[in-house]
Amino acid sequence: MSDVFIVILSSLGALFILLAAVGFVRMPDSYLRISVTTKAVTLGVGLILASAAIYFDNLSVTSRVLAIILFIILTSPVGAHLIGRASYFSGNKLWEKSITDELEGKYQPNSHRLSSGEEYEDEDEKRKKKIRERDLL
Amino acid sequence: MTIEEYLYYIILPVLAISVLLVFCRFVIGPSIADRVVALDLLITIGITLIAIYSIVYNQSTFLDIAMILGLIAFLSTVAFSYYLEKRNRKKREKSKGDE
Repeated sequence: MSDVFIVILSSLGALFILLAAVGFVRMPDSYLRISVTTKAVTLGVGLILASAAIYFDNLSVTSRVLAIILFIILTSPVGAHLIGRASYFSGNKLWEKSITDELEGKYQPNSHRLSSGEEYEDEDEKRKKKIRERDLL
Repeated sequence: MTIEEYLYYIILPVLAISVLLVFCRFVIGPSIADRVVALDLLITIGITLIAIYSIVYNQSTFLDIAMILGLIAFLSTVAFSYYLEKRNRKKREKSKGDE
């Protein structure tokens, strides 16, 4: 009975990883590549590790596998966000057929602070005004 | 066909093909972000390879190494993105100073 589960889980996991690899080669844009691979590979790794936990049927192995799965689920979105942010700041172009770039012009190029676009300009002007008034006084 | 043979002759080749595909993107990847993501992905597929090998050879201690590889993959991605961002900032300041 557990053999059937192992076969199903490991086949599904390998299929997801293969699809993620194909998508990683075929996608036209590095942001699309990041978004494709993070989700599919996380699911595939989780399924194959779950099949290992079922095979050994042992508390220590199961806890180890759960720790690995939890760690991967926690860290892979964080890593994808970090590398996507860095590649956006380095001027990596979007695919030419993508419809909108919602981040366009919404971060300060030097401090890398993201905002809704307007407020930082206002704050800067306010600060400049204050400095000017102080200078006049 | 036992479960070990199924894993060894069907699942491992599928994973090997996906490693090759990811390695293609690692070689041709136009931007450096693609290469970093490909490296992360190679390590993550390495975790699954270790899991399959630990089933085939009935050695559960291999999973410890899988855990450490997961830690290193996250660490390398964070470090690479941190230094990429730092480099961009330095470049921009430099070009501003030239103006």
